[in-house]
Amino acid sequence: MAAKCQIPIRRVGSYGYAFADPLVEVKTAGAPTILYGLVDEEAAAAIVYQHVGQGKLLDGHIIGSRQRGKTIDGPVTAILVRDSSRDEGDKTEFFKESIHAELTEHGLADTVQVVSALDLGIYDEGLTVQLLPSGVTYTNVLSRDITRLVTESVQKQEVLDHLLYSSPDLQERIVLRNCGIIDPESLDDALRHDSYKGFVRALTEQSPEQVIDTVKTSGLRGRGGAGFPTGVKWELTRKPEADRKFVICNADEGDPGAFMDRSVLEGDPHAVLEGLMLAAFAIGACKGYFYIRAEYPLAVKRIQKAIDQTRERGLLGENILGSGWSFDAAIRLGAGAFVCGEETALIASIEGRRGSPEPRPPYPSVQGLWGKPTSINNVETLAAVPWIVAKGGEAYARFGTEKSKGTKVFAVTGKVLNAQLVEVPMGTSVRDIIFGICGGAQDAVPIKGVQTGGPSGGIIPEPYLDTPITYENLSELGSIMGSGGMLVMNENDCMVDVAAFYLKFCVDESCGKCAPCRAGGYQMLQLLQKIAKGRGEPGDLDLIRRICKAMQCASLCGLGQTAPNPVLSSLRFFEDEFLAYIEGGTSYARKLKKARAEGRNLKDVV
Amino acid sequence: MNNTVLPPLRDLEPEVQQEIDECVERWSDQEGNLIMILHEIQNHHGYVPREASLLLAEKTGVPLARIYEVLTFYHYFRLVPQGKHQITVCNGTACYLKGSARLLSELENRLEIKEGETTDDRLFHLETVRCIGCCGMAPAVVVDGTTVGKVATTDIAGIIEKIHIQEETNE
Repeated sequence: MAAKCQIPIRRVGSYGYAFADPLVEVKTAGAPTILYGLVDEEAAAAIVYQHVGQGKLLDGHIIGSRQRGKTIDGPVTAILVRDSSRDEGDKTEFFKESIHAELTEHGLADTVQVVSALDLGIYDEGLTVQLLPSGVTYTNVLSRDITRLVTESVQKQEVLDHLLYSSPDLQERIVLRNCGIIDPESLDDALRHDSYKGFVRALTEQSPEQVIDTVKTSGLRGRGGAGFPTGVKWELTRKPEADRKFVICNADEGDPGAFMDRSVLEGDPHAVLEGLMLAAFAIGACKGYFYIRAEYPLAVKRIQKAIDQTRERGLLGENILGSGWSFDAAIRLGAGAFVCGEETALIASIEGRRGSPEPRPPYPSVQGLWGKPTSINNVETLAAVPWIVAKGGEAYARFGTEKSKGTKVFAVTGKVLNAQLVEVPMGTSVRDIIFGICGGAQDAVPIKGVQTGGPSGGIIPEPYLDTPITYENLSELGSIMGSGGMLVMNENDCMVDVAAFYLKFCVDESCGKCAPCRAGGYQMLQLLQKIAKGRGEPGDLDLIRRICKAMQCASLCGLGQTAPNPVLSSLRFFEDEFLAYIEGGTSYARKLKKARAEGRNLKDVV
Repeated sequence: MNNTVLPPLRDLEPEVQQEIDECVERWSDQEGNLIMILHEIQNHHGYVPREASLLLAEKTGVPLARIYEVLTFYHYFRLVPQGKHQITVCNGTACYLKGSARLLSELENRLEIKEGETTDDRLFHLETVRCIGCCGMAPAVVVDGTTVGKVATTDIAGIIEKIHIQEETNE
């Protein structure tokens, strides 16, 4: 390149497209914003030379804009093509050439670039074409459509209505509103994107009761798992008289297979901090703690930076913005104990003790950290609060269902085509999330079920995937919302094995304080492992069910009470698999184990 | 930490003593500071030496038994020095479904140690972690702090070899 470039390069936080990380976004004045995925060093260099230098798009790396245009207002500069059918062949390659040939015929080959895309967010719609910069998207395009596409859409800028793809975007980004958009290490950038606006308004114009009312109107329920109404929790913490009160952000995301808290903390730390400040203002707390996993060093670093920057500007600390109200926040590191997700255990850990849970009541809202009223909220809950305070409770309550309002972030992963973070209104079906947004099964192996809620949750089998997601519906299916992990499992995953995996997790993580959890979990694991080896006996399943019941009724805390969930839901929907192990004996178990280790199709073995 | 013999007790070097003094000083006005102090000690040494715990008990007045109660309860704290290179296999559900168990057994075979152990030459330490929140990269392995995603069993030999080569060129 000749002269010195004056192109700013910005760092942003996690966008949530886990399947395509690392991402690079190129913004050019007067041209559409292009998001590139799977950018390695080679692709990064190509982006600089081809895209930035010569204005040419890069082949095979573009993740198309999720905004779908309806009209073409200016000349078409580029055409993205992608074969979105299930058995993707090399049709796109051939198709791309056809479009190019047609463009050449009309003398447009130099002005319109044809590029194949990595992913357009559309699945099972045949050959898909997106015109840039308008974002007009055509699906199920056939070769006979090519001529019209060029003569009408490119030359005359008319939209071909019969091909137009106009399905609304299933996602609704409230918690993730700034993820991938702001530089998480810059307060100025966050302020430019309306961060702390809600907080300043609440502090200067509203009373704490008004903030609580707004949150109550919004219908926001705790996104950490249990779904307790956030406004009510704050009210309960506000009521008691005390010399000190505390707020805690529970960022000890211990669920294996979940990454939404991590992404929000890393992508938009200011949203979480602002939420914590609003919570503190509402209940009258003097100090807040972020309890973050030490395993997430980047999240720790960014939250610390956010705290330091806001303190420098007088948004945190003594006499905030001259209002007479003081509040400060600090980080406490977790040290790898799943039980610390339980409120009372988390408090013990912040107090510097081992994380043993205590019987409740008294609830932390009355007697929490150092015996003082304490409100503990999850990362996602807190990140939603600034949006609610800024836009009003009704705006949030418009999303979702009667009893489960607003949006929920899910971390979809496992045997799914595009593992990613999705944020959808409550009431969206699991099938829409897995197939509509994430592209469905990976490697064309049929999906068997989706596990939600981690080790405290259960499995939603394939026939139930159309269930709208609400707290109530999930618990009816024997699962829970949990923090929002969604693990897609296919026909090759063995339910006996998966049940044992989750149970082993809880057995390892049991703090050992109460017998039902400590002894019950261990005994049940022995039984499951016995069955997995093909040495199960007919009475074993009954015994397992009895232990489950005992653990649910008698355990001290949530860990023990919910540990049987994965086992019970596997038994409920996949009992035949357990029976097959018991009846098939050791040779059957050995055959399956071998096939799994070799990554073979289990259906072929049985 | 299972069945691991603790190293013999030795005298703390003055610098280390001073460092712990400073650390205790820094956290002295904070309530519930024990875990944060232990984090700092581990960050510095790679583990929490027994000598440091003894000194800490003396400085803070927290009984040694309470310090060890905390150290042994949390998975993150280590009581013995680790190998020079850390290999951590993520055992989150996504990684498990995609074959992290196979990766672990391949590592165990090649390094001839079990999970949680260190090789005799103290070059490698192998462990598992609950979940590192990189499910999009499953199965994932963390090598000396760098996350390697979508690891296949056949990649393991290369990962180990790379560290060996790195060691040889350094010498």
